[in-house]
Amino acid sequence: MAPKLRQRLRKVDPAGEAKRPIPRTEASFPPATLRTGVRERGLHVLLGAELHFLGTKSHPQSRRDTLAVILSQQSELNAYSQEVISVLGEIDLVLEKLPEWAAATPARKNLLTMLDEAYIQPEPLGVVLIIGAWNYPFILTIQPLIGAIAAGNAVIVKPSEISENTATTLAKLLPQYLDQDLYAVINGGVEETTELLKHRFDHILYTGNATVGKIVMEAAAKHLTPVTLELGGKSPCYVDRDCDLDVACRRIAWGKYMNCGQTCIAPDYVLCEPALQDQIVQKMKDAVKEFYGENIKESPDYERIINLRHFKRILSLLEGQKVAFGGETDEATRYIAPTILTDVDPGSKVMQEEIFGPVLPIVPVKSAEEAVRFINEREKPLALYIFSQNNKLTKWLIDHTSSGGVTGNDVIMHFMLSSLPFGGVGSSGMGAYHGKYSFDTFSHQRPCLLKSLKREGANKLRYPPNSPSKVDWAKFFLLRRFSRGKLGLLLLTLLGVVVAVLIKDYWRPHGLENALGDGS
Amino acid sequence: MDPFTDTLQRLREAFGSGRTQPAEFRAAQLEGLGRFLRENKQLLQEGLAQDLHKSAFEGDISEIIVCQNEVDLALKNLHAWMKDESVAKNLFTQLGSAFIRKEPFGLVLIVAPWNYPVNLTLAPLVGALAAGNCVVLKPSEISKGTEKVLAEVLPQYLDQSCFAVVLGGPEETGQLLKHKFDYILFTGSPRVGKIIMAAAAKHLTPVTLELGGKNPCYVDDDCDPQTVANRVVLFRYFNTGQTCVAPDYILCSPEMQARLLPALQSAITRFYGDDPQSSPDLGRIINHKHFQRLRGLLSCGRVAIGGQSDESERYIAPTVLVDVQETEPVMQEEIFGPILPIMNVRGLDEAIDFINRREKPLALYAFSNSNQVVNRMLDRTSSGSFGGNEGFIYMSLSSLPLGGVGNSGMGRYHGKFSFDTFSHHRACLLSYSGLEKLNAIRYPPYSEWKQQLISWALGKQSCTLL
Repeated sequence: MAPKLRQRLRKVDPAGEAKRPIPRTEASFPPATLRTGVRERGLHVLLGAELHFLGTKSHPQSRRDTLAVILSQQSELNAYSQEVISVLGEIDLVLEKLPEWAAATPARKNLLTMLDEAYIQPEPLGVVLIIGAWNYPFILTIQPLIGAIAAGNAVIVKPSEISENTATTLAKLLPQYLDQDLYAVINGGVEETTELLKHRFDHILYTGNATVGKIVMEAAAKHLTPVTLELGGKSPCYVDRDCDLDVACRRIAWGKYMNCGQTCIAPDYVLCEPALQDQIVQKMKDAVKEFYGENIKESPDYERIINLRHFKRILSLLEGQKVAFGGETDEATRYIAPTILTDVDPGSKVMQEEIFGPVLPIVPVKSAEEAVRFINEREKPLALYIFSQNNKLTKWLIDHTSSGGVTGNDVIMHFMLSSLPFGGVGSSGMGAYHGKYSFDTFSHQRPCLLKSLKREGANKLRYPPNSPSKVDWAKFFLLRRFSRGKLGLLLLTLLGVVVAVLIKDYWRPHGLENALGDGS
Repeated sequence: MDPFTDTLQRLREAFGSGRTQPAEFRAAQLEGLGRFLRENKQLLQEGLAQDLHKSAFEGDISEIIVCQNEVDLALKNLHAWMKDESVAKNLFTQLGSAFIRKEPFGLVLIVAPWNYPVNLTLAPLVGALAAGNCVVLKPSEISKGTEKVLAEVLPQYLDQSCFAVVLGGPEETGQLLKHKFDYILFTGSPRVGKIIMAAAAKHLTPVTLELGGKNPCYVDDDCDPQTVANRVVLFRYFNTGQTCVAPDYILCSPEMQARLLPALQSAITRFYGDDPQSSPDLGRIINHKHFQRLRGLLSCGRVAIGGQSDESERYIAPTVLVDVQETEPVMQEEIFGPILPIMNVRGLDEAIDFINRREKPLALYAFSNSNQVVNRMLDRTSSGSFGGNEGFIYMSLSSLPLGGVGNSGMGRYHGKFSFDTFSHHRACLLSYSGLEKLNAIRYPPYSEWKQQLISWALGKQSCTLL
């Protein structure tokens, strides 16, 4: 399989990279990937790559230049804080925890398997494909890569072709730091990705939209490849009258307008009582001014829309809407001002698709109940935001809705905690990652039961021919409940077990070292 | 005319009303299932006997008791499993709570096979009910005796607004799959697994696929042939070989083969008598189609033990084949019958290569006195699960999940793993509005000093982080 994969990858590999040696990504088990030492080395060099990549040892200006090259539509500082630092932190976490995560976990045994070794051993899956997205082109490609490496897999990374600069830079830099036999970057557009998906992988992690998510899963089905799909949707933001509106609006503005709204977990729209609309508009206006100044276009911290297609798409969402704030655009620079719409009609276009832009519709609802009905009539979102000081209400809202994740009294933040799994549900996705969840996603957790060939005499009970008395014994060993009438049987059996254990005292029945030891 | 629309609509509405959410409701469903198993034991055993000539003993230990255990475990642990799981917080989220909420997906579809028609239908059902889902059960139409009991009797024990049994063959299942489900658990062949996953893809429905493959059984030279033979025979011919985790074929040296054959014969005779056809402990092939298929496999290689068959009873004797070529049909498909081919390899490394050239199996077995051999086999291969010097007894442990990898499947269940499989793990972070000043550094404008501060706060100096 491996040589054929190499040949096929050669065909898929678009112009420019064919000169590089094609990686020997093996689908079967190269021992190298299994040993945690190799994975740690991979992560260390990735860490080193990050640091060099950012030129932390060099002048801050050249670091900024590097970033500016890579992420041209993003503000450099935003990019650094939002993407790169997160990734560095993740690598640190993984390096610290890897020995623990990669170790076998003992499993509870029953009477029947009392003297055996039972445990679950995490193993790599094989060759993993990671398809990145363009909105956070660095973190959404590298963070999964970290998990895949940690779990011991060989990895192919397919960055989004829309964020061209990052794609090119990753293709150039990563191979310089990572083992080229195990990790590869393949670039290309729709056509090349389609070709790539015809190959067989052992896991695919895709970040993007639901339409393509279905295509990825369909392609995966042909090979029975498990998938993690990080999709999107319209993440609702419910603002209760009983909340600190100043703080709420500042946080919503922060989460909505970062990366110019092009964040899968941005608060997509606000649900609140009609009376709150004006206050929200005013406070968000204040926050926007605080963040980006009077002349937003001039602010180095305000980004732009990725391309003309999306620019025009978002523009069309404004048609017929009541613009309470913002609305200015400039096609030449793909600039769209932070915008708020009020009294939005749920049936209008802006409420039909994920906005993915700096436009915040406010949909008035009369009550929390109406908000819940509104949310539940729609597809399950990737995130749900609730602003309220009333804990009971918050819990009630969580209880009566479903979403990938929830942040209360803030936005985005559940993404930042690596102890929380990050993933969607329903049309917002399946599977999850971050921290240990990445490791688990990219591993096969293999249950193992190791017995000895000795003490075969004790096994006679389970072999045919079967008899009514054997049924009783079997039930005793297997059935969780005992009937009281069998108490005598219970005592007799316990006695028998104790005797058996005492007789065979040269077998030490504890510790995995027996199962895993013997000098290997 | 789609016969399923009304049923599915009804179940969706019931789920939407929140009926399955409270622990009391779920516990009541599980208790109902427990009563079903206890009160209809005989009916179920008769169904199993009718379908597979399954002895009451086998029916008990591999089907009914397994399900009872699952029900009991779920009832005992339901509250603990349902609880929000607290997680560690980082510097930025110290004030507040972070937890994982386990939620039902909604409408779950369980498509079950015919070989353990009670176990493989009801064990997943336990997990789906415990997790608070509404469930549609599609038992196999091939195991008709059991199908009848599940369709006619089981619903009486459960709340029928949240549970339904649907019947039908491939055509009806295809129609069913056009509908949207929130989770699908399928047990069956890889071929159909692909069809299920492709159908699920259209609705972005997550799936657990419990498939199969050829489970290798490596027998090292360093072992006692009789002990090995006892264990291999028990697990190979249990349920007449119609077990997804049964050892499918043996890999051993020619020398070992010579010692193993008489040991296998001895075990078979001891277990099933001189005339296995009259043993009450040996089952029958499920239907004519599979019988014909298996009888065809008897002509592969050379019959060393057994080889007899009786079409009128769909009986095939416990059989061992030798001198088998890798290209023959018996080594190309999952056997799923009482036929055990022996392939020769010269040592462990050749066995490992043999295994790794093929699809990842659902189970892998290695028999050796040497821990080193067993561990090397473990290290150098992959499979759903692994048994060292043992067959699939690990199935009796609810602390070990059942699931495949690669072609043998994806996802897993049993015990708590079932509950987790049928739950969406929702990440929740509840923050406070207070102390907003602390958040100042994350808001624009980003000056040089702010950026340095962020680097510090999120960087290596911080205790836990992203």
